[in-house]
This record gives sequence, structure tokens and C-alpha cells, in this order.
Amino acid sequence: MSTGQRQDEEALRLQFALRKERSPWADAFRQLRKNRVAVGSGIFLIFIIFTALFADYIAPYHFADAHMADNYRLPRLNIPILGHDPTSPYLLGADFLGRDILSRTIYGTRVSISVGFAGALVSLVIGIIYGLISGYSSTRVDNIMMRFVDFLYGLPILIFVILLQVYFKAVARKGATGLLGAMVSLDEKMGGMFFIFVAIGALNWLGMARLTRGQVLSYKQKEFIEAARSIGASNLRIIFRHLLPNVLGPCIVAETLAIPGYIFTEAFLSFLGLGVNAPTPSWGIMISEGYIGLRSYPHLIFTPSVALTLTVLAFNFLGDGLRDAFDPRLRGTT
Amino acid sequence: MTKYIIRRLFWSIPVLFFLTLAVFILIRAIPGGPFDFAGDKSLPPSVVKNLEAKYRLNDPVWKQFVDYLSDLILRFDLGPSFRYKSRTVNDIIAQTLPISAQLGLVALALALLIGIPAGIIAALRQNTMVDYTATFIAIIGVSIPAIVMGPFLIWIFALPHDIGGWHYEPIFPVSRWGAKPPFFLGFLPVPDLEFWKYAILPAFTLGTGLSASIARLTRASLLQVIREDYIRTARAKGLSERAVIVRHALKNSMIPVVTILGPMFAAVLTGTFVVEQIFAIPGLGKHFVTSIGNRDYPVVLGTSLLYGVAIVIANLAVDIVYAWLDPRIRYD
Repeated sequence: MSTGQRQDEEALRLQFALRKERSPWADAFRQLRKNRVAVGSGIFLIFIIFTALFADYIAPYHFADAHMADNYRLPRLNIPILGHDPTSPYLLGADFLGRDILSRTIYGTRVSISVGFAGALVSLVIGIIYGLISGYSSTRVDNIMMRFVDFLYGLPILIFVILLQVYFKAVARKGATGLLGAMVSLDEKMGGMFFIFVAIGALNWLGMARLTRGQVLSYKQKEFIEAARSIGASNLRIIFRHLLPNVLGPCIVAETLAIPGYIFTEAFLSFLGLGVNAPTPSWGIMISEGYIGLRSYPHLIFTPSVALTLTVLAFNFLGDGLRDAFDPRLRGTT
Repeated sequence: MTKYIIRRLFWSIPVLFFLTLAVFILIRAIPGGPFDFAGDKSLPPSVVKNLEAKYRLNDPVWKQFVDYLSDLILRFDLGPSFRYKSRTVNDIIAQTLPISAQLGLVALALALLIGIPAGIIAALRQNTMVDYTATFIAIIGVSIPAIVMGPFLIWIFALPHDIGGWHYEPIFPVSRWGAKPPFFLGFLPVPDLEFWKYAILPAFTLGTGLSASIARLTRASLLQVIREDYIRTARAKGLSERAVIVRHALKNSMIPVVTILGPMFAAVLTGTFVVEQIFAIPGLGKHFVTSIGNRDYPVVLGTSLLYGVAIVIANLAVDIVYAWLDPRIRYD
């Protein structure tokens, strides 16, 4: 062996010794930063979140400000084919009640973003806890719990979402007491969003539960769990200190990819008239109000459609990037 | 296999029973009854009372449920519609289901016909311009919801435009579906130019998102399969590239695609709710949504149950195809 080679080896060993140990999270984040589209989407989403937070300061008008004389007023901005009006006070036009479309779209970010995150949070919490318990329990309990999930999977879930939403809305109109009454008044304060969170989150945790359980089953056999048990760690400690951090990564990735589905569901419900309460603006409601007059006033649905599509697109790009970063083997899967 | 199918069908009985029970209770729990309004006016209380007596709504709820189930099981009768006095739920389903089934099948076929080839081409040309373009279009496709896609397509293809002195006549008319449905075997579309002219936009609206996710999944799965050892073996023994892909890789790469067909089928069913609304198609989806608003209990129940049965059958079909694609899977 030549001296040069030995020196090389020496240098290599030193390099390994000096290399800082990186957590899988930091590793994934480094990977993610290399993905330009995902980073761009993340920045766009942060921008959308800020728009939602500061809608009161950004929007030129209040979302419920109706100027009846200006109904269907064309946009000041010249977008080809939509038609424009240089004297219009509204940058992107006004709707059938003369409400500024730009302002309503800006306020609409609140509904979509909150539904996306709240739906994700609810289903993440329920799904992970359910999956952890199921995966960690005895085979018998696990079987029963997973049978229950299979059972719910066989049901047309969206039908229940629709029925629940009609139920909540009718109860809210009629007035209720007790727990339901408290929920109704909370829902009223949130412009009708609360029940959408409940309906979406409560019925979308199934996939998360399955994913978590699968992960737990594979980690349960690993040595580090055995080691933890051998030094006398309690079940709760093993679940929350050792299993949860390992399970969390894939779950968050899967949940990011599920957020577009929640935003779609809200838009879908709003489109059918089962979404947030008027006059709270949501992109789905704006589209459903606007598409009827599509022939004469296409500008009514232009802005909310673009906003909805771009936001969902950003979530998809970010979710894809996150998944590639956490698990390069899965690159390109849905 | 037969045993497995029978067991699965038995397993679906509690699912469907629970679905019926839950919808039955939920729809009755919603405040407001079916006879609160007749058009714009409310009915006098005496009339409402008589109507409720006629439809046995004064019986205890458990008795109503037992009656409903026995009618359904013994006579296949889903009951009368409260709203459309002269029609039964069976009539409504017989009239509207073929239209929705047609829409759903055309959309699903479109999704598969575009999605699978696009995914295969992207995978075979991995990391080329073709691949990047296909992947990019696919991710945009998944991101456009039907409520954006539908109006957009109508605006482009179904409305006249004057751009730069040119006058465009609409190519595809809308809202003519179901007027004179050309059916083949009750619901299959016939190769009739007139039909496709008004079917293409709704089917495309419903199918784009699905075809995009099928394309993404096909690409990913084929890429994974191509790296397997048996593909290397097939190449090593001198098979042509075409034979390797078509005979060895494709079948296995379809396994994940088949698994999502179950949920996808459910997505088509619920997708018809909005697509039928946008394109004014008198199908079952539109009926389901309006009947909830009308508190037309039997119609809501009947259609929900039908959706439940359809999903059960679709999931079963998916499992059977699954076993055929992957001989390692045994169901016994």
C-alpha cells in the first residue's frame, strides 16, 4: 500500500469523524431545500397564510361591503377576454351584489387555509393516536380496531359529510342547547367553518390510522424498542418517546398530501351550498355564485378559480417535495 | 376464490345495514320535515298531519326502520318519494341511474385511457423532457378541482367568443345530456357523434383529476418495477425491450394502480354531484343533493344505499383483479 493511499484513507476517516451527526429531520430539510419548486411553493403558501392573517389590512374593501349600483362591474385590470373598465373602482371587478372580488378572494384564503390545516390537524391527531394504540396493542385488539377501520372504509364517507353538514346547518338555524348549542354558537362566530372542520377531520383519519399502525408494527420489532423495554421504560414512554418520533415523519408527509383533498372538500361543499355561512367568502361559494353568469361575466369566477388552483397546486408541490426529501425511494408516487 | 367472494359479500351486509341505519337516523334528526313547504307556501297543519299519516311518519322510528327494511328486502321496494308524488324511489333511480352511470363510466374510461399510457411513456422516458412535461401536466391536473375545470371548459368550448375580430362558434354544446339518452344495454354509451358532443366536457371534467393521479401512480410504480431483478433476467435472456415492458413489467406495475381504483370509483360517484350540477345533467347525483334539501327521506336513503352497494361491489372487483394480477396474493 502506497503512502499516498494511506494518507487518503486517513483523511477520509478524519472526515467521517468530524462530520456532524444529522437528525433525519435536518437531512430531509436539506434535501427539501434543493427542490426549487417545493421551496417556491412553500414561500407561496407562507404568503397565502400571511394574506389570511392580515386580510383586514390588505383587502381594499370589507368582504360584505355591497355597492348595489356597481353589481357585475368589470375589472379595472385588463385581463384578455374577460373585458375591462378603466374607470372601475375594483381591480378585479365586483360580484352580483357589487362586492369587491379581490377583497372577497383575499378573505377567502382564511376559509381554505384554516380548513386545510384544521382538517389535517384533527385527522392527524385522531389517526396517529388510533394507529399507535392499534399497532402497539395485542394482536386481538389490533384486529378488532383495524376491522373497525375497514368497516368505515366501506362506507361512502362524503355522503356522511354532506348529511352531517346539512344537519349542523339546520340545527344552527333552529337553535340548540347544551353541547350542541355551544358548538353552534362557536360555529356562528367562525362564520360556519367549525362544523366543516368537524365533518372533514372526523371522517378522514382512517388512512392516517392505517399508516401509523403499519409503521408501529415494523418498529415494534426493532432493537431500540427492546432496549427501551429492557431498561424498564413504561408502555406510554415507549409509545410517545420512541415510537411517535419515528412515525411522525411519514405521517406529516402523507397529511401534507391530503390537505388539497380537504380544501377540495370545502370548495365542493360550498359549491353545493353546504359550506360556510353567507356573507363569509369562500372560493367555492364565489365560484358557485359566479358560474351561473359565466357567459356574461366570466370575471366573477376568474379570481377565486385561480386562487383555489394555485393554492392546491402549491400544497401538491410542497407535499411531493417533502415526500421525496423524507423518503427518496417513493419519488413520484401519488 | 369463490369462498372468499361469498365471505366478502357477507361482510358487506353489516356495512350496508349500518349505512342504512345511520342515514335513516341522521336524515330524520335534521330539523325540518318533508312537508314544511309546498313550493313557496307552507301547508296547513291538518294537511301535513294527513300526509304524515299516509307515509307512516307517525309510527315510532324503529317501526319505520323495520318497515323500510322489510319492504326493501322482501319486495325490493325503496318506497315512495315524498316530493314527487307520482314517482317511487325505484322510478327515480331507474330514470337517473343510467345517466349517472354513463357519465361515471365514460369519465373512468377516459381517466384510464389517458392516465395509464401517459404514465408508461413518462416512466420509459424518465428524466427527459417528455417525462418532465407529463409529470408537470399531471400535477396541474390533480390540482384543478371540478368546480374550476367545469366552468373553464364551458367557457372555452361551449360559449361563442369574439377574439381579435374572429368569431368562434361553440364546439361542444352543454346541458343536453339526458334529453334523449342513446343507451346501449340500458346505460352504456353508443358510438353516436351527437352523444359524444355533449358528453365530452362533463366526462373530461370528472376524469382529468383521476387521469392525472393514475398517470402519476403508473409512472412511479413502473419505475420501481423496472429495477426489479426479474426484469434484469428478462433483459439478460435477450428479450426485446418491448416484450420486457409489455409482458413482464406492465402487469406488475398495475398492482398499485388497481388498489386506488376502489377509492377512485367512490370519487367518481361523489364527483357526479357537482359535475351534474355544473352541466345540468339530470342524473342521480343531482337528485341526491336536492333530495336532502327537500328532506325527501326515502330518496336520500335509497340513493345512499345504492352508492353504498356500488362501492362494496367496486371494492370487491378491485380485490379480485388484484389477485389475478399478483398470484402471490391468495384469498382463502
